[in-house]
Amino acid sequence: MDVITHTVDAKGQSCPGPLVALARALKEAEPGALFELLATDPGSKSDVPSWADLSGNELLEAETLADGSFRYVIRKVA
Amino acid sequence: MATTETDVSVTALGDLLQRVEALEAEQKKQIKKKNKLTIIAWGGNLDQIWPTTILATTAAASGMEASVFFTFWGLFAIVKPDVRITGNNWMQKMMSVMNPGSAQKAKLSRYHFAGAGPAMFKKLADEHQVAKPDELIVLASDLGVRLIPCQMTMDLLGLKADDLIDGLEEPIGAATAIAEMRDAAVSLFI
Repeated sequence: MDVITHTVDAKGQSCPGPLVALARALKEAEPGALFELLATDPGSKSDVPSWADLSGNELLEAETLADGSFRYVIRKVA
Repeated sequence: MATTETDVSVTALGDLLQRVEALEAEQKKQIKKKNKLTIIAWGGNLDQIWPTTILATTAAASGMEASVFFTFWGLFAIVKPDVRITGNNWMQKMMSVMNPGSAQKAKLSRYHFAGAGPAMFKKLADEHQVAKPDELIVLASDLGVRLIPCQMTMDLLGLKADDLIDGLEEPIGAATAIAEMRDAAVSLFI
């Protein structure tokens, strides 16, 4: 069962805020845990995939919500 | 006939072994790069220490090893904010007066306008929720970034370990700094 167990709300934060918040939340979790990251930083559109690539975690979903903010779903691997 | 064939294969095997040995020796000399970022923080200006701390924290948050080597003006960015005058003689003391310690007192390399520039920058940073360099240094340390002061510049400027913020590694020299950069996949001089 894939259930998102953690939500990291980094709305309003600029680079590198959302990634640092996400990395810190991930540190505490078990491998396989699903995370939702909420952000308003347009830079996150390129930065979250880059971060996933660098850190070896899996980016499952990336979407722009109706209010113009961004939502990402990440599976903790590393 | 059979003897000759054996001789040939023995020679071929000997030759092969020699080539393998040569290759192994060559490989030992090669530098193995780690998934690591090393920054030489030379500049103490706000517009230098800021990207330095942003890149170091982001690398650590991305699972990379990260180290920052503070030298020359960069060292003043890791002086404790409440430490005013440092140094043992008038030259060193004057240097510290001209370079007020801590990242929060860092000047802009351009548009400084007697402090109005940095104040504006920080106001914008607050509005955009960008963490400031002094906060990022603490964050970097929390995330496992190794913060290393340069021994030679500390001596030159008369800075003591007590003058510098907590959480730093032991001061190192140029050779260790080069060793840090040598095995880092990314190394920068800012």
